[in-house]
Amino acid sequence: MKKNRIVSLTIISILLVIVLLILANNILNPFYLRTLALCAVYTIVGLSLNLVIGFTGLFSLGQAGFMAIGAYTTSLLTMSLAAKQANFFVAPLISPLNKIVWPFFPALIAGGLLAAFAAFLIGTPALRLNGDYLAISTLGFSEIIRIVLTNIQRLTNGALGLIEIPTTANVWWTFGAMGVTLVILQLLINSSYGRALKAIREDEKAAEAMGINLYKHKILSFCISAFFAGIGGGLLASLLGSIDPLQFRFLLTFNILLIVVLGGMGSLTGTVLSAFAVTIGTEALRFLDGPIIPNVPALPGLRMVVFAALLMISILLFRSGIMGTKEFNWDGLLGFLKRKPLSKRGE
Amino acid sequence: MGILEVNNITIKFGGVTALNSFQMDLTKGEIFALIGPNGAGKTTVFNIISGVYKPTKGKILFNERDITGMKPDRVTSLGIARTFQNIRLFKDLSVLDNVLIGNHVHIKSNFLEATFRMLKYNKEEKAMRNKSIYLLERMGLAQYKNEKASSLPYGKQRKLEIARALATDPELLLLDEPAAGMNQKESDDLARFIKELRDEFNLSIFMIEHHMQVVMGISKHIFVLDYGILIAQGGPREIQNDQKVIEAYLGVESDA
Repeated sequence: MKKNRIVSLTIISILLVIVLLILANNILNPFYLRTLALCAVYTIVGLSLNLVIGFTGLFSLGQAGFMAIGAYTTSLLTMSLAAKQANFFVAPLISPLNKIVWPFFPALIAGGLLAAFAAFLIGTPALRLNGDYLAISTLGFSEIIRIVLTNIQRLTNGALGLIEIPTTANVWWTFGAMGVTLVILQLLINSSYGRALKAIREDEKAAEAMGINLYKHKILSFCISAFFAGIGGGLLASLLGSIDPLQFRFLLTFNILLIVVLGGMGSLTGTVLSAFAVTIGTEALRFLDGPIIPNVPALPGLRMVVFAALLMISILLFRSGIMGTKEFNWDGLLGFLKRKPLSKRGE
Repeated sequence: MGILEVNNITIKFGGVTALNSFQMDLTKGEIFALIGPNGAGKTTVFNIISGVYKPTKGKILFNERDITGMKPDRVTSLGIARTFQNIRLFKDLSVLDNVLIGNHVHIKSNFLEATFRMLKYNKEEKAMRNKSIYLLERMGLAQYKNEKASSLPYGKQRKLEIARALATDPELLLLDEPAAGMNQKESDDLARFIKELRDEFNLSIFMIEHHMQVVMGISKHIFVLDYGILIAQGGPREIQNDQKVIEAYLGVESDA
């Protein structure tokens, strides 16, 4: 297909998304609107995990920890002095955080950078491991981050968490960040560095023999992934207005892993689709947690069983997920739409 | 002039001595072959030169530079490329991507310049593409450039491995059984092709091969390994008449 047509179709669809968001902003109630914004946040974090698992072939389970770092950094930098005073009643917040208030955007970036730095520290030893061992060690590090956050009372307010975080993030912030993440990752993956990451996924030994420094490229992928996870965490904190360490348990990583596996490991657009499906599904299936059948006691947590089953079915029966390693493209979609029904072919 | 000097290499895996005091000198611009019965330690020699294994004893000099124990990616960046006995392509990637990845070792742009498509990177990418397409044309693979590497037939996969190795701009090319699984005609073509490559890319070539026709036809000098020990070396004629070599391949007549 002609390049002009692809460009115009892309511009039209971006405008369409913007119009839909304006409409959503005016029509939807706050609950739906927040769910929509959450979809974008989970997309960002899903994309970040897909870079590591799907494109570099590193089975890492540390995403919740990096999100926590981003969330706490952004919150502590943006909270007003009065809110900080109110939050830290057990022990005062350490200086200089008790004196500074940053605007949202630099705070968000700072959260991403700090998460990337943590990934660098964790990755240096952990990325020497492979497969299951890497998964276990990154999971362990993620829990360590959470436990440290629970115990440094004067920095994080410990188990009490933080409230009154300025709720700057809205659909514009989240969808904007999602778009930027998608574009940057797409550009990265199609660059020479992206090809090197895919080579590592395909065959580590061969990649090394082709002159690819495994450690450098793995840590690059790991840190970029953590950066975007940190951004996602910061957006999440600002969206919810309150955070506590328990939010960043393994369950969060599990949800993100579910998104990546369902969407297709190695497909960015697949992750976008499944992030929306899973996030909306989580909210839509809320009724499963309440009493469904009269006179039968409710089973809280039943909706998570649905997702666990979905993950199992996906891994057992359609391992490549929705998109496999393919990406959405206009040619494919138009070809699909123009396809004639079988009975009419050959006429 | 020497390009590779292997000095008294010994490597032990537990109690097994896979290679014992192996000594070898390769000169520039020539084709060398390494032969020997199965399990003689031929691939071990390759793995030591390319940095996969670290020798227990001994030294390797490449262009008079000590490369003993260097990591494979460093060795490749200095100018030694290799292929694998059991083909190890990046199976799910396209034929072109496989060759492009070979170019990555010499990239000068950092990942930010690459991600944001700075001018410097765009120039590099264009050069990489041109070179890769040329290599594919040279191998007769240009028409398959958008196919998955794993979809190619076996012989073409071997050629793609060579193209990928050439993309790293090597001075010394290590070929591990390039003619494996080929019939008479194919291996004859391959032999001619290897010679052409040497001339065109100014390569020194060191290969492991079982097809004696290929080995005898194009190598200047042959090394023969048996049980990790160098039992003979010399030109094709000498090797063919060497008693030890014949014994290693055919066994010794028993008097009993």
